[in-house]
Amino acid sequence: MNSRISRSLVWAALLILGTVFLLPFAWMVSTSLKPLAETMSLPPRWLPSSPQWHNYPAAMQAMGPFWLYAGNTLLLATLNVLGTVFSSALVAYGFSRIEWRGRDRLFFVLLMTMMIPFPVVMVPLYALFRELGWIGTLAPLWVPAFCAGAFHVFLLRQFFLTIPRELSEAARIDGCSEIRIFWQIILPLTRPALLTVALFQFMATWNDFLGPLIFLTRQTDFTLSLGLQALQSQQGGTAWHHLMAASTLVVLPVLALFFLTQKSFLRGISTTGLK
Amino acid sequence: MTPGDRQRQRQGLGFLLPWLVGFLFFSVYPLVASLWFSLCDYSVLAPPVFLGTKNFTDMAQDPVFWQALRNTLLFASAAIPLGTALSIGLAVLLNQPIRARGFFRTVFFLPSLVPVISLAILWQWVLNGQMGLLNTLLAYPLRWVGEILGTSCPPPDWLNDPLFAQWGLVFTGLWGTGHAVVIYLAGLQEIPAELYEAAELDGTNAWQRFWHVTLPLLSPVIFFNVIMGVIGTLQTFAVPFILTGGGDGPGRSLLFIATYIYQHAFRYWNMGYACSLALFLFALIALLTYWVVRLGETRVHYAGR
Repeated sequence: MNSRISRSLVWAALLILGTVFLLPFAWMVSTSLKPLAETMSLPPRWLPSSPQWHNYPAAMQAMGPFWLYAGNTLLLATLNVLGTVFSSALVAYGFSRIEWRGRDRLFFVLLMTMMIPFPVVMVPLYALFRELGWIGTLAPLWVPAFCAGAFHVFLLRQFFLTIPRELSEAARIDGCSEIRIFWQIILPLTRPALLTVALFQFMATWNDFLGPLIFLTRQTDFTLSLGLQALQSQQGGTAWHHLMAASTLVVLPVLALFFLTQKSFLRGISTTGLK
Repeated sequence: MTPGDRQRQRQGLGFLLPWLVGFLFFSVYPLVASLWFSLCDYSVLAPPVFLGTKNFTDMAQDPVFWQALRNTLLFASAAIPLGTALSIGLAVLLNQPIRARGFFRTVFFLPSLVPVISLAILWQWVLNGQMGLLNTLLAYPLRWVGEILGTSCPPPDWLNDPLFAQWGLVFTGLWGTGHAVVIYLAGLQEIPAELYEAAELDGTNAWQRFWHVTLPLLSPVIFFNVIMGVIGTLQTFAVPFILTGGGDGPGRSLLFIATYIYQHAFRYWNMGYACSLALFLFALIALLTYWVVRLGETRVHYAGR
């Protein structure tokens, strides 16, 4: 009896908190479908009198070259995913599947680099990329991805360590080179982990704001984040129906990707906090 | 070293090559250059001119820097404890054997996926003083309170009032806490059910079991999340920057160290000063992380150790 009461209490708490967490989404979509006048009515209306679907094309128009921004963002996300998955897997292999002197000390150095705040390195990086002539191009936003991400190396190493060592040893006795063991044995066995890293990187690139803000100068190179920020500052925060429609458009692909890949995504996050 | 050792070392380092290159160019070089620039007058357009420690003495006398530091620490001291409490609370609720658990987990996780640009613009709208969602909801209870007290209690204009702006940002952060909830939930599921059964046989109530079983066994995960929280929160940049359209906010109440670094580096092209601010931020993060680690040594319970 007692447990049934406590179970319903838990359920009620989750229901209330869940509603609170969903309300901002509802508010965003509801505003995006209101005519401008209704976004400003007092007291505020919960729902539009009739949904204004044309707010969406209008918001894209207001952002300027929306599809160009989307293309840039997608290009950067693809390059970052390919670069980081491949390079991080190589590095994680070197840190887990071969025993060599100094390996664990270097791994500690890699972990320490995760502590370096981006604001500390952003000025010298800007100077470096400027010397290379990369400012005003997309290069600063994808080339570094090919140099492995410390967090991804950490994550992949965890997975690589779970594969029995005997598997590699048997392959070595058969005369298999390390690069072939990596490519033909380890990578196929850790496909779910690679997918997780790819998803994390895709989201990170899609979400990135500070990087594009610093390194991009030409409007034709803008990502969706920068395009949306430009819309916000140019409208001075008044055309809320357009801002909410554009925000919805930027969120939707991320949510869609999450729903398609929920399992590997959540498993990836769960492993981060546990040893 | 035997020839075999040497060969394995060569192979190992070979696999590390991408990271070694990145480490040199994107970690070591920027750190060293940052140290050098912090001692210089540097605008990127001209070569750096050595100044000595002037940037650091300027910093000590810069009231805006002190305000940014105070804002950053105040924000962290509210956002980290509240975020930790909320996410542990949600994880404990989600760990109960109830229907639609997966659905609720998704609901709490979704906001943490929202890209910062959309997050900031959405919350700028939610926190709007007249037409925002939060004040629309607050209007009902506040009207009731006002009737009892016989006065009117208008809800705060969150983003235009220096007293409330930081709270607005804290709420924004709490909404995106789902990432931590997933990590805590995984931690809770690692706790063996026998421990709860044994504690129940000992006649403990749910509250006692939470304090004496759940929290100690979850402490390594809490420790991990708090460290990540310290590192992340002290670097808060994008959301306040977008919310305020440039980083200041009312009475500069939303100016944080990271925003101030950005302003000096890319608005005033004061790169030297920006680097000294950045090094200060690095030292602050290292110091606070060290403090949390020391605290963790006495408080964190590792099973089987």
